[in-house]
Amino acid sequence: MFRRRLSVLVATAALAMGTAACGGGTSSSGGGLAASAKPAGYAMTQATNIPASPTLDAIKSRGKIVIGTKFDQPLFGLKNPVTGNIDGFDAELSRLLAKRVLGDDKKIDFVETVSKNREDFIEQGKVDAVIATYTINDARKQRVGFAGPYYLAGQDIMVKKDNTTIKSVTDLNGKKVSSVQGSTSEQNIKSKAPQAQVLLFDTYTTAGEALRDGRVDAESTDNVILLGLVDKNPDAFKLVGAPFTQEPYGIGLKKADTVFRNFVNDTLAEAEKNGDWQKAYAATAGKVDPKPPTPPAIDRY
Amino acid sequence: MGVVFGHLSDYASGFWYTVALTLASFLVSLLVGIVIATMRISPAAPARAAGLFYVETVRNTPLLVLLFLFFFGLTKVGLAYSIFVSGVIVIGAYHGAFVAEALRSGVGAVSKGQAEAARSIGLTFSQSLRYVVLPQAFRTVVPPIGNIFIALTKNTSLITVIAGVDLTSAADRLNTTYAQAIPIFFGAAVAYLILTIPSGLAFGWIERKVAIAR
Repeated sequence: MFRRRLSVLVATAALAMGTAACGGGTSSSGGGLAASAKPAGYAMTQATNIPASPTLDAIKSRGKIVIGTKFDQPLFGLKNPVTGNIDGFDAELSRLLAKRVLGDDKKIDFVETVSKNREDFIEQGKVDAVIATYTINDARKQRVGFAGPYYLAGQDIMVKKDNTTIKSVTDLNGKKVSSVQGSTSEQNIKSKAPQAQVLLFDTYTTAGEALRDGRVDAESTDNVILLGLVDKNPDAFKLVGAPFTQEPYGIGLKKADTVFRNFVNDTLAEAEKNGDWQKAYAATAGKVDPKPPTPPAIDRY
Repeated sequence: MGVVFGHLSDYASGFWYTVALTLASFLVSLLVGIVIATMRISPAAPARAAGLFYVETVRNTPLLVLLFLFFFGLTKVGLAYSIFVSGVIVIGAYHGAFVAEALRSGVGAVSKGQAEAARSIGLTFSQSLRYVVLPQAFRTVVPPIGNIFIALTKNTSLITVIAGVDLTSAADRLNTTYAQAIPIFFGAAVAYLILTIPSGLAFGWIERKVAIAR
């Protein structure tokens, strides 16, 4: 008797948890799982003469370009669990590059790269290029080349949707701000708004939960992460759109292949000129970014 | 180790937060423990059932999860306690379940004749507990309560998940700035030992003081 009762109990509990999980799933999918917004037709065409370079030759003989990107960064590189497509601004730029080299934006293999393996993947030739919210800095330039920058990320502020008082980082003085442990976000806030009280949580989502509950007035960290949070909670949060640090995102490629780097820079310049860059942004991060940025100047070093 | 000695004031503020949190939560855990233990040995079946339910649900849920549910869950129904108060309540309530079980075992160690004698001279159930059984029970449970105190002290570090600014959080902030994890967390470990070793000695002293000569 007891055993039967127990099994009923377990089944009921499992059922309850199952329903709860489903409920959570549907309510949090503000990003739209099935509908991956496709920008309306790019103007980009295949380059008329493609120069000889180790990477470009490899792409041509393979008939496909291999791009390393993030699979878990909403709005930039996120693997759609329903379609298997990679959605986001980084993925769209990859498609533009594929179109430029091969004349077809479907001739891409996406490979997941995470922060720790990006340089290795480039050096070992596992990928032709890395477009993965990849900040250009001098330490990384020792090992890989960077085309771009194609986007200026930076630390920004997220507030509740109905907040109208916080417009820039200095408005955080005297306010409570949440961020995460183990990141430099706190120091950046403190240096710009010394009177802000910073509460550090262990994840970006719990820091966001503190904002939702009104325990803090704002959350501050990299705008790309905040955009992802806004994308998931469009009715609760909004981005202030006043970045106060600068992190230029570049396209990582083999350090020695300057011909390929110039080619990618030309592709970016073309996309920025013909409006494809703007289209790609509008269809991805631009959905939740209140102030669509202008493309940063390309650094042809 | 220079990074540790250069930031003793950061450690100190975290240390005192941890001390305050530890003492306040321990007090709560003792109160909760006494109430729940009394319920568990009460002659009334519903009280026993409720006590058992409390112990088994609270003791068998990770403290981290309880902290989360309390801090983020209760605000959804309009109850927003501060970080520190949330920590005191949850850490106290959680360890209270363990204190209750320790006390219950202590009551079990008091010979049945004591309670029977107390009842036979006309004491009520609560009087017999208060004047006869619990005082003797407390003596036998000093070592396990000491263990719970030390566990509680270390578990206060979980307050960092709800943005408490304790000793662990102080070390974590230093590490974010200086990226010298080993000396910085070694410093935190020493600070915890400064707190736990004397308390272990204190419990040993109490144990000897209240020991029953048998």
